Amino acid sequence: MRGRTPHRRGAAFIAASALVASMGLAACGSDSSSGGTPTLTWYINPDVGNADASKGGQATLAKECADASGGKYKINVQLLPNSASDQRLQLLRRLAAGDSSMDLMSVDPAFSTEFAAAGYYAPVPANLEAQFKEDRVQSSVDASMYKGKLVSVPFWANTQLLWYKKSVAQKAGLDMTKPVTWDQLIEAAKQTKTQIGVQAKLYEGYSVWINALVASAGGKIVDNPGATYQDIKMGLDSAAGKKAAEIIRKVTTSGVAGPAVSSSTETESLGLFDSKSGGFLVNWPYTYGALAATPKNDVGAALYPRVSKDEESKPPYGGIQLAVGKSSKHVDAAYQAAACITNLKHQTDYMVKSGNPASRKAAFDDAEVKKAFPNGIAALIRTNLDNAVPRPLTQYWGDISTALQQRFSPPQSVNDKTPASTQKFVLDVLKGKALL
Amino acid sequence: MSTAAPATATETRPTKKAALSDRAKGERSLGWKLAGPAFVVMLLVTLYPIGYAIYLSLFNYRLTDPAGRKFVGLQNYITALGDPLFHEAFMTTIFIVVVTLIFELVIGFGIALLMNKVVIPRRTLRTVVLIPYSIITVVSAFAWLYAAQPDTGFINHWLHTLSFGAWNENYDWFGGRWSSLFIICLSEIWKTTPFMSLLLLAGLAQVDGSMEEAAKVDGATWWQRLTKVVLPNMKAAIMVATLFRTLDAVRIYDNPYVMTGGANKTNSLSMLVGQETVGRVEIGMGSALAVLLFLLVLIIAGIFVKGFKVDLTGGGRS
Repeated sequence: MRGRTPHRRGAAFIAASALVASMGLAACGSDSSSGGTPTLTWYINPDVGNADASKGGQATLAKECADASGGKYKINVQLLPNSASDQRLQLLRRLAAGDSSMDLMSVDPAFSTEFAAAGYYAPVPANLEAQFKEDRVQSSVDASMYKGKLVSVPFWANTQLLWYKKSVAQKAGLDMTKPVTWDQLIEAAKQTKTQIGVQAKLYEGYSVWINALVASAGGKIVDNPGATYQDIKMGLDSAAGKKAAEIIRKVTTSGVAGPAVSSSTETESLGLFDSKSGGFLVNWPYTYGALAATPKNDVGAALYPRVSKDEESKPPYGGIQLAVGKSSKHVDAAYQAAACITNLKHQTDYMVKSGNPASRKAAFDDAEVKKAFPNGIAALIRTNLDNAVPRPLTQYWGDISTALQQRFSPPQSVNDKTPASTQKFVLDVLKGKALL
Repeated sequence: MSTAAPATATETRPTKKAALSDRAKGERSLGWKLAGPAFVVMLLVTLYPIGYAIYLSLFNYRLTDPAGRKFVGLQNYITALGDPLFHEAFMTTIFIVVVTLIFELVIGFGIALLMNKVVIPRRTLRTVVLIPYSIITVVSAFAWLYAAQPDTGFINHWLHTLSFGAWNENYDWFGGRWSSLFIICLSEIWKTTPFMSLLLLAGLAQVDGSMEEAAKVDGATWWQRLTKVVLPNMKAAIMVATLFRTLDAVRIYDNPYVMTGGANKTNSLSMLVGQETVGRVEIGMGSALAVLLFLLVLIIAGIFVKGFKVDLTGGGRS
């Protein structure tokens, strides 16, 4: 084009060649037919530092493990997109095409089952299984299983806490040392004219909330997660499902969820909590470090809110599993690398640097971790993780989640008929009788 | 240039079929030899995937569940055609097609008339007009997205200023179906009007100036000259322009995908195909939807060719 200075053109050329070069790397990341050290490709989700190995993220672990392997393997890190759905798409496409560069993947547990059911994972070596389950919080092991077999490696585990402003809780007369219920929160927020931050935009985070409510009410969205689409049984149309719908409606229609609840993700809800009118928030542990305006000594964390007074809450489970692709040319090396990446030292380092909690229990007793998550938050995350319930481990979770979000949107219009109609819709979709 | 020539050709065609002279036979076989390889390659590249899609559309088949593959016949088509989501996407697509086509035709014709009349700086003008068309659609979609968003955009800001504060500065364009579609159509119109005007300009250039002059001498007004002389003489160009644009617009994907991602009932048919095939890896249902979209495109093309009564190979006159 005219009007482009040579300098700009040079920059564009460099950018383009960098892009092409990186694609080339991705394409032949694991091609090490030249002998010598096999190069593993590890597809990582964005974290602190992303592909920069000096920031303590997954790229750093990759480098440390490759150095420690004594020349057994090298690891080349490839960055996946930001959103969980886009990550799933990219991995799914490559796995379905039998891409041999899928040596190591950081997979969101919500979609891991789908890949396992499709037979995209290389089986976990029997001699490493004990090591991969060692000292892990139960929810992370649950999320790595498919049909009673370990199919991926628990790496880091995530859960949501209830965050509150001590001043607001005090004003409302809430005793936060004891478990609180959603009803109490709504009352407290009304009374103090503050807001509760939740995630109710049409996206995966909304399904996370819905699932946590159903589970906390003692129900299950899917009764038999391993079943095929002909035999799947759902438990959304139940007392627990109705209870969850009721809470969603209460929170979003009583004016305590902020002005833009139907478009709020983690970021927006955190912003709401961080503003003057914020009082309470359910969100992941990164919240503590991300708050900018609220004085840290006013921030408290508690167990995830209960649905009913005398039943323990079931917080959402998130995090990342490591998986090895079936078409990988270096399955053994990849599992060795996974063992190194998920050892105690690396999980602890990773938790401190990235703020993503470890799946190993021992990491929570580490002094550095306690410093990174002060005021007992580290211990609280562990307790929450012990109670956490993963999203239904069914290969159809992607569809079920999308259907849930659609039928429960906008959140203000949810009523006691929503669970039943959603359940019917999901079953229709899975049987190919309705479009999603 | 006589209008009788095509008529005689059609009359003699059936008799021609009966017996070909040796020369014609030779010509024909040479033609096949020359064009044959390319024709075969084209068939392989286009026909095979189309056939495969039709075959796949008869199954309930999920890529991640090869064992659950089941032959269901036309069930996917029945489901799709009766599904409210399909109707919604169909209506959205047709709405975008009709609205953008009308505006693009009118504005494009205006620009074409202008370009036809302007002598100095003709080249520069044509280049400037073409700029929006040369921008990648995804880029222009993002540009319009950022322009319309309350936090980054200037559209609300300007409307607020121009209406002396009556317009809400935080109006969420992508919060509702029709306001989203308004921005989507606007960006489509902005982007593809140049393409229309260029095709129409080619048609305008074909119109014989002496006819216009004759009409002028006979005392025809500007409007009469336009409707009675210019437009009939550029029928073929108008038809090509509208046909191309319609078929393009029916397959619209990138603009709504970038701007709304299908929220608030703004899914287009192509997006639906994408969601089923790529997002849900429901290859069977996705293929059925793709075939339906393909049929829709064929039907539209058929209607146009029949409706305009233009023989595109016959020099643009019927």
